[in-house]
Amino acid sequence: MKTPLFWRVALYLTATVVVVVSVFPFIYAVSTSLKTGAALFEPVLWPSSVTLGNYVSLFTVAEQPFGRHIINSIMVSVLVVLISLFLGVTASYALGRISFKGRGLLLTTILAVSMFPQVAVLAGMFELIRFMGLYNKALGLVLPYMIFTLPFTVWVLTTFMKQLPKELEEAAIMDGCSAWRIIWSVFLPLLWPALVSTGLLAFIAAWNEFLFALTFVLDNNERTVPVSIALISGASKYDIPWGNIMAASVLVTVPLLVLVLVFQKKIVSGLTAGAVKG
Amino acid sequence: MQNRNRTAWIFLAPMTVVLVLVAAWPLGRTIWFSFTDANINDLGAMQFVGLANYFGEFGLFANPYYTDGFWASDWGISILNTLKFAVVSVSLETLLGLGVALLLNQEFKGRNWVRAAVLVPWAIPTIVSAKMWGWMLNDQFGILNQYMLDWGLIAEKIAWTAQPEYALWTVVAVDVWKTTPFMALLILAALQTLPKDCYEAARVDGVHPLRVFWKVTLPLIRPALMVAVIFRLLDALRVFDLIYVLTSNNNSTISMSGFVRREMVDNGYMGYGSAASTALFLIIGLCTIAAIKLGRMKLAED
Repeated sequence: MKTPLFWRVALYLTATVVVVVSVFPFIYAVSTSLKTGAALFEPVLWPSSVTLGNYVSLFTVAEQPFGRHIINSIMVSVLVVLISLFLGVTASYALGRISFKGRGLLLTTILAVSMFPQVAVLAGMFELIRFMGLYNKALGLVLPYMIFTLPFTVWVLTTFMKQLPKELEEAAIMDGCSAWRIIWSVFLPLLWPALVSTGLLAFIAAWNEFLFALTFVLDNNERTVPVSIALISGASKYDIPWGNIMAASVLVTVPLLVLVLVFQKKIVSGLTAGAVKG
Repeated sequence: MQNRNRTAWIFLAPMTVVLVLVAAWPLGRTIWFSFTDANINDLGAMQFVGLANYFGEFGLFANPYYTDGFWASDWGISILNTLKFAVVSVSLETLLGLGVALLLNQEFKGRNWVRAAVLVPWAIPTIVSAKMWGWMLNDQFGILNQYMLDWGLIAEKIAWTAQPEYALWTVVAVDVWKTTPFMALLILAALQTLPKDCYEAARVDGVHPLRVFWKVTLPLIRPALMVAVIFRLLDALRVFDLIYVLTSNNNSTISMSGFVRREMVDNGYMGYGSAASTALFLIIGLCTIAAIKLGRMKLAED
């Protein structure tokens, strides 16, 4: 089948525009992060000279302990992923494999929670976090983050759990396996693609969260990276250290980009399982 | 069977406890706070004030000090901003997402590269994209300002994120850039489930591609499209971080979530802020119900 030439040219032109628009801002951020001094203020794409000074000063300037912030973010995000996956797997076993009264209502409620705005719980969450002694602690953020990772994880894992063959479970029950063993030894090995995609999405959501992190943590050592980047400032209002900001931005984005590009298919399948089937 | 039921609840218990703790309880407390004069610095001293935060002298609605009318007050502006932002950005994202999805659904060399590139904006954290665009649109040193000036699109450099007449639309543009990939991927997933034979038949019959798109493709992907639009709309209605960072949270672009946080945390009026957040919660709830009803009704017509 021959397609007309002008159609193919249009196709490639559109594709080029889409690629340039998608990628240009990040490339420019990388370019800015390598510039220093007066070169920063020349609006050109290719830096005339390249320096890593912006990256180095991120870790050496004491007022902004950026290394600390990265460690905080990693700890919070990993904990959020582990807890949501554990709670998600146990709950989705019940929701996906056992038909009990109130299951539909419970699933609808979980979906509703994933839709409501985070600020709707801000005041109550503030009180709760203070009451539990978690105010001003990075790890305290794990608690509020459950509100957006948990419903999503449960929902997606339930749709995957439902699709597993019934015979497997029946055979395991025949052999006298407990529900725990069934989940751990029979289902978990089959679920791992779903675990990878939901885990990644939960990680990204926790890594990027801003509102709770800005509100519940004021101590400079306990911040997470999004807040850290938002608050990088210079000596005065007019002296914004764009080189440092872009270096920090590149540093926190590169791991995400690598994860997303490596696990492209898994992430898309997780997203569509959450949205289309939901 | 009894036994299975018990197992179910045992396995559900941990998740349910956590959800009640992080969602139901704080939501209930926030609604309760909205009927009090709580201050964030001294929660112990709060007193019940009924509906004063909503309809009282200094309340959200019917406030006699709104001399220029409700829509000129900060609260009114934040509602308008949020609605404008949500409707315009989601519409643009849907249209562009549809376009990108159709592009990625074509067979051409380098398609995988294009798909990978499209994922880039989605993978970048919101705060980072806000900073990146803030820098590119900088009023003096921004590269986009320079390009537009060089190509004669603008007569002088513009403070895109600070001037009230541009700021909200700049936010919309950045959000469209960041979230179109999400839309495109969801639509692409729906496109790839469509039966091929239908298109073969249409091609053999010589039906115009546009007609095929309008009469076959669009109706078939509409359920998935509706779900994606509802998801995005709910997400857009609670926008906070992009606006807060890109436009420094100034009064002309403040969103409802931003208003809530400002009143509650920056000014300390926890009761008043809670009333605003409860109002936002109700508005989003109503939008959800309306969107689902609308989607169902249209689906039922087919």
